[in-house]
Amino acid sequence: MAGFDKRVASYAEAMEGIEDGMTVLAGGFGLCGIPENLIAEIKRRGVKNLTIASNNCGVDGFGLGVLLEDRQIRKIFASYVGENALFEQQMLNDDIEVVLTPQGTLAEKMRAGGAGIPAFYTATGYGTPIGEGKEVREFNGRHYIMEEAIVGDFAIVKGWKADRYGNVVYRHTAQNFNPLVATAGKITVVEVEEIVEPGELEPSQIHTPGIYVDRIIQGSFEKRIEKRTVHG
Amino acid sequence: MALTREQMAQRVARELEDGFYVNLGIGIPTLVANYIPEGIDVMLQSENGLLGMGRFPTEEELDADMINAGKETVTARPGAAIFSSAESFAMIRGGHVDLTVLGAFEVDQNGNIASWMVPGKLIKGMGGAMDLVAGAENIICTMTHASKHGESKLLEQCTLPLTGAGCINRVLTDLAYLEIKDGAFVLKERAPRVSIDEIIEKTAGKLIVPDHVPEMTFVEA
Repeated sequence: MAGFDKRVASYAEAMEGIEDGMTVLAGGFGLCGIPENLIAEIKRRGVKNLTIASNNCGVDGFGLGVLLEDRQIRKIFASYVGENALFEQQMLNDDIEVVLTPQGTLAEKMRAGGAGIPAFYTATGYGTPIGEGKEVREFNGRHYIMEEAIVGDFAIVKGWKADRYGNVVYRHTAQNFNPLVATAGKITVVEVEEIVEPGELEPSQIHTPGIYVDRIIQGSFEKRIEKRTVHG
Repeated sequence: MALTREQMAQRVARELEDGFYVNLGIGIPTLVANYIPEGIDVMLQSENGLLGMGRFPTEEELDADMINAGKETVTARPGAAIFSSAESFAMIRGGHVDLTVLGAFEVDQNGNIASWMVPGKLIKGMGGAMDLVAGAENIICTMTHASKHGESKLLEQCTLPLTGAGCINRVLTDLAYLEIKDGAFVLKERAPRVSIDEIIEKTAGKLIVPDHVPEMTFVEA
């Protein structure tokens, strides 16, 4: 009996069930805290017509950028893109549909999706192209637009440590969107640097409680740095 | 003389107050961190989930898991906190950040700002800028007063798609420091040896010029 043991033995098993046309939420900010091996597994499987929700879309040859090489992404919700030549090209050719989404709204769409809130009102984007065609309501004399939650068929997450029950902690700013993504997947897969015994992680320090997590795998990571800035 | 980027950062830094939580955008706003006045303590918020951003790391401290919103490697100062993107934008949208400094392409006399999209050019996205301008009560926009061709960027009405509506109340350009109030730019200070006539000429929006407009002063480095 597996009980609460969420561990899987391979990346193939970790992404079992992903199909063409699915929606995948991915953690990470730039190249920081991205589920790099789960992305590589999606590439290996060659599934197409994916809808991705992620703050960015990686760079040429790394992160979500690798899914552009075989045109696996049809649509992406992101706040900032185009840091890769291939992305720009596919955007200009209309090979990929880009739904530019304010960063805080994207985070809240995921948070709401995981929390069973179908939509919310935010002042962000009111009076801008982002607000066009969206319901507007006034509260206390201020205008807000309605934004809908987002959920994924899969959520792919990069954590630092997890126990086999799927309790996860993140390291430094590699946290970013990961805990939100983790709550909003029908199937949530978390890859971590280390799997520890239940009880080793301090319960009050857990960022993502195991209830959100379906599969856990330990991997090794390149952790590429996008902008290396040093002091003195 | 128009202000240099460094002087613009110095001037903005004078608006910092002890105990302020501050979000600095990319470009000139980032430079403000180099001019925090002696004797005051501010915490820098980076919207990827860091409150209490420190200096750049040494080679030994370099850590791929420790970046700022510009994706540069940074450190966390003592007393910093790290959290998720949802938490970060709860702070921002909820009005808990005391001061936001960000760049713009255009602002207008009604406090509208355009900073993210030039139609016909490649659009990379707004990142966190729309949330920042929607959430902050206290925003300083840093920008050049006019384009290289002399066209004003301080307008009656923004021509580019907006980042936010009616949210900007202060602008620092390379020529002047202005407040936006009741549908007009109010000239508060001018750059050293910049004439009021030049500012009038390069301001397309409604401009109110008080009787006395002091020149900014800078200590030579």
